Amino acid sequence: MSGSNVLEVRGLSARIAGQEVVHDVSFEVPASGVTAVLGRNGVGKTSTLRAILGLVERSGEVLLDGVRVDGERTDRIVRRGVSYVPEDREVFAGLTVAENLRLAERGTTAHGTTPERRGLVDALFPDLVKRAGQRAGTLSGGQQQMVSLARALLNDNRILLVDEPTKGLAPRIVTEVAETLATAALTVPVLLVEQNLQVVERLAERVVVIDAGRVVHTGPARELLDDPELVQRLLGVSAGGAGDEVSTSSTSEEVEAGR
Amino acid sequence: MSTLILLIATGLGLGGLYFLVASGLSLIYGLMGVLNFAHGSFLTLGAFVGLAAGNLVGAGTWGGLLLGLVVGALTGAAAATVTELGLIRPLYNRHIEQVLVTVGLSLATVALFEGIWGPNPRNVTRPGWLASTTDVLGAHVPNTAFLNVLAGAAVLCGIVAFLRYTRYGLIIRAGVENRAMVTALGIDVRRAFTLVFAVGGAAAGLGGVLATQSLNYVSPHMGASLLIFAFIVTVIGGMGSLTGAAVASVVVAVLQQLANFYLNNTGDLIVVLLLALVLLVRPSGLLGRPA
Repeated sequence: MSGSNVLEVRGLSARIAGQEVVHDVSFEVPASGVTAVLGRNGVGKTSTLRAILGLVERSGEVLLDGVRVDGERTDRIVRRGVSYVPEDREVFAGLTVAENLRLAERGTTAHGTTPERRGLVDALFPDLVKRAGQRAGTLSGGQQQMVSLARALLNDNRILLVDEPTKGLAPRIVTEVAETLATAALTVPVLLVEQNLQVVERLAERVVVIDAGRVVHTGPARELLDDPELVQRLLGVSAGGAGDEVSTSSTSEEVEAGR
Repeated sequence: MSTLILLIATGLGLGGLYFLVASGLSLIYGLMGVLNFAHGSFLTLGAFVGLAAGNLVGAGTWGGLLLGLVVGALTGAAAATVTELGLIRPLYNRHIEQVLVTVGLSLATVALFEGIWGPNPRNVTRPGWLASTTDVLGAHVPNTAFLNVLAGAAVLCGIVAFLRYTRYGLIIRAGVENRAMVTALGIDVRRAFTLVFAVGGAAAGLGGVLATQSLNYVSPHMGASLLIFAFIVTVIGGMGSLTGAAVASVVVAVLQQLANFYLNNTGDLIVVLLLALVLLVRPSGLLGRPA
């Protein structure tokens, strides 16, 4: 099974401030393409990603290329080739764009920074080259998202974990981000948390739907998006609402934000 | 006029000493969120060991003082490194326990130093130039003030250059902003923690040897008394702000000297009132980031 999957999550639970917000989640991410994690707001999508990386208290198994990594520290998991684009970008506001990128470089070790990756980043984000000396905190939301994506793409990763990259962005920027991710996905598999179903439709081949901290559906993206009743039942949006964002429910992310 | 110049000059010298202690406190808190009450112990240990090393070359000689400064800084760095690895690292993200451990360590080390070197201050022999004064516009300014200002400025420039031009400096600056995200970029931020402790300990050890030259004695309690004002400086400057610590060191020390002379020895009281005022008006400190 692990031969065709880059990431396997088995019985993963996550706790924030002592409260379990993700319960016994299992799914696989194939070694190519985009796998989207969907669900209403606050059902545990972000917490699942953070639990994979060990950024929150967790139990269960996480396998990268068939090797268990759930006992390892976050930085070691990342150096195994897992890059993370967090919700809300989390660029270092006081550092320049160049410094943000330099910080993300992992040298020439395995899964490190290669000339090819650097070239890809320069090609994908020409605006960042021009703004290399500008403090990241002074960039617009879209530009900050580009910095966050560029940081993740600099290294020769096994997988990208991308959390709501289009959140709060203008429609034109959403399209740019989606195009960037589509290009990135040609070189590295992506596990994408996304609320915008248009973006999901554009990018994802597989979906994992989470509700109340549990996986309630997995399968081909097309199968879900072509079934209006299923979309309505699982995500709370109407079938014609492929451009809509999925609706709100209660909140592991809110628990996290309130920590 | 000459009195005012003298007060300002000695205030600047004292500010240099405060900064040497406060710089480490500020970096450690900024990156790790640790209030290190044992920081004064690094200073005291650096002072005793540095002086002992200097005396091997010759008490009261420049060679002895130079060696003492180097050994004091290395001793402070070593003590801080051992403290971080042995006591702080096992308690990451348990800030209350970290505070309790550092408070306990500070009390225990003072008792240890008393046991080794005795409870009373010991006079030190200084190079002749440091024991004398220089005439500045009619004011007889102690030469130790110049040395302290020079050392404080050198340490400030050194730390700023380290933070600005090295990869670890970059990691530390990023870690002060968002430690979790630094880890999520695949960086073992714990190494930066240890390094920051070591740099802070080195500055404190250096400050310890310099303090003996200003005070003309070395005592097991000197670290504790300087630490109180260093904490005040760190809070007024803004927790985690190195520049803030530098500015606040000068402001606090000069104010203290002026108040001691013109307001009947009320320097300590005035400084505490300034601390209260800053906390009320600008809780994040002069140059700290708003919470």
